[in-house]
Amino acid sequence: MSHAIQDRPLSVAPRRGTLSHARLPRWTPAAVAAGSVLAGVGTGLAAGWHSKVQWGLISALLFVLVTYALTTKVEGSRQAKDRVATSLVWVCFVLAVVPLLSLAWVTVSKGLAVLDGYFLTHSMNGVLDAEAGGGIYHALLGTVEQVGIATLIAAPIGLLTAVYLVEYGGGKLAQAVTFFVDVMTGIPSIVAGLFVLTTWNLTLGFGPSGFAGAMALAILMMPVVVRSTEEMLKLVPNELREASLALGIPKWRTILKVVLPTAIGGITTGVMLAVARITGETAPVLLLVFGTKLINPNPFEGAQSSLPLYVYEQYAVGTDAAVARAWAAALVLIAFVMILNLVARGIARWKAPKTGR
Amino acid sequence: MAKRIDVSGLSAYYGAHKAIDDISMTVEPRSVTAFIGPSGCGKSTFLRTLNRMHEVTPGGRVEGKVMLDDENLYGTNVDPVAVRRTVGMVFQRPNPFPTMSIFDNVAAGLRLNGNYKKSQLNDIVEKSLKGANLWNEVKDRLNKPGSGLSGGQQQRLCIARAIAVEPDVLLMDEPCSALDPISTLAIEDLIGELKERFTIVIVTHNMQQAARVSDRTAFFNLAAVGQPGKLIELDDTERIFSNPSVQATEDYISGRFG
Repeated sequence: MSHAIQDRPLSVAPRRGTLSHARLPRWTPAAVAAGSVLAGVGTGLAAGWHSKVQWGLISALLFVLVTYALTTKVEGSRQAKDRVATSLVWVCFVLAVVPLLSLAWVTVSKGLAVLDGYFLTHSMNGVLDAEAGGGIYHALLGTVEQVGIATLIAAPIGLLTAVYLVEYGGGKLAQAVTFFVDVMTGIPSIVAGLFVLTTWNLTLGFGPSGFAGAMALAILMMPVVVRSTEEMLKLVPNELREASLALGIPKWRTILKVVLPTAIGGITTGVMLAVARITGETAPVLLLVFGTKLINPNPFEGAQSSLPLYVYEQYAVGTDAAVARAWAAALVLIAFVMILNLVARGIARWKAPKTGR
Repeated sequence: MAKRIDVSGLSAYYGAHKAIDDISMTVEPRSVTAFIGPSGCGKSTFLRTLNRMHEVTPGGRVEGKVMLDDENLYGTNVDPVAVRRTVGMVFQRPNPFPTMSIFDNVAAGLRLNGNYKKSQLNDIVEKSLKGANLWNEVKDRLNKPGSGLSGGQQQRLCIARAIAVEPDVLLMDEPCSALDPISTLAIEDLIGELKERFTIVIVTHNMQQAARVSDRTAFFNLAAVGQPGKLIELDDTERIFSNPSVQATEDYISGRFG
């Protein structure tokens, strides 16, 4: 903080009858944070604690307490409460970000070891689990196909359901649909997998295939799409619908040309988040897609693989080479989801209503 | 163009609640008729029954007849969509479509109805924007979003959008209540020009505005909160504001109401 020099001294008693009062310099929170972390680390080292969590908790606690004490002394109790609230928000933010960053760091550092062009473009065909080499092409292909088919099934159904609920519903049927969508949101993925297994595979007699897995994924995806689309459609002001209807535009065109375009950014984001959610599903894929080492580009016949399934299989093998492959595949999975999210954000920004100012 | 509206025995409901009761009136073509009255007396509801927008509200229901020249808007086999193409509407708050440019906003009614020729579109948009006194302000930025305009410009854009589909009647629901005096003046001037071509019905809370822009004025009132609104009287604007025939009208206009 280079601009930390303040023209006001650090502690001046608030003068009565004026609107100004003593303020802590702007670098105070940063300084208190640094001091707290140092104190936390120092205490931890001195006491010989191994758990870094303890160090962090002590630092966080010190940060909040010292901020409160210092502000009460210098600025008064109302400002102290304000600072404590701000500090708590920051502590929570750090607590939320630390696991995320550490996860990203571990995955990247372990995953980069075997991640290269060969890894992305080759399958595990002819590679023993214990030996190095091989790749994830078959799993990547499987994931793209399964998730793609699941989205093709779930997105239109979910979108139309949401349109029905917001634009047409209101009676008993809409209530029932809303209730069942809520119930579906809570279905564990393994149950969705078992459902497809009993109907599609056991009752109708089809073998394992990417399509069977995609159906289970679609079941998981649908309620998420319905919910997010519903919320986005509700945000569209009623005035726009009325403006369109008053021009003599039929209701279906109003929905298609006015309501949906206005909400399209949010809807896309919602669909993409749902896609991101099902991309990481393992259980239904394990049951229905079965897993293979070979490249099977046909999602309608024969076992396929998928990234989460590949990670699970390789980690279960447990040899160094296999675990390295598992980390690399996990990194690819995270990157895949992240790219989807970035694409969704791009679309949302591109399609969002423009203010034009 | 510019049709006569003849309402007889019209009541409107929201579910079980009766909002307006047994209204009959005639609105002359090529004239401006203003609706005044206290809040909640059913002016806007009545206005919305004139292009069947009332039934868009959940539970909205209408009894009675609205004749547009010789056609009953509430007759069997009448398509509300066709009614709204004939009877346009401008709302209280400017509501341009946020995803569309200025040009697309004006063209929206034609495009989404599908009955237009591409070659005519530019002319119609220009004519409508000129008709709404907005052309000079926006002719260089037709491809910019409509939501980037000021409130008064947005409202004139909405008027341009409404007149682009060439309706016979234009309904305005407090079109100036969200605008500053200068924009209000611009819209009032515009109303004076538009009445050459359209039958105009305007709801307003501003009695000076009613006196300035309208030829005929209708006063609505309600007996008590929760009671349906009623038409008290409809007369030439000059007469309503100088020598109304009903005491309640005079009380309301002179501010002695309630």
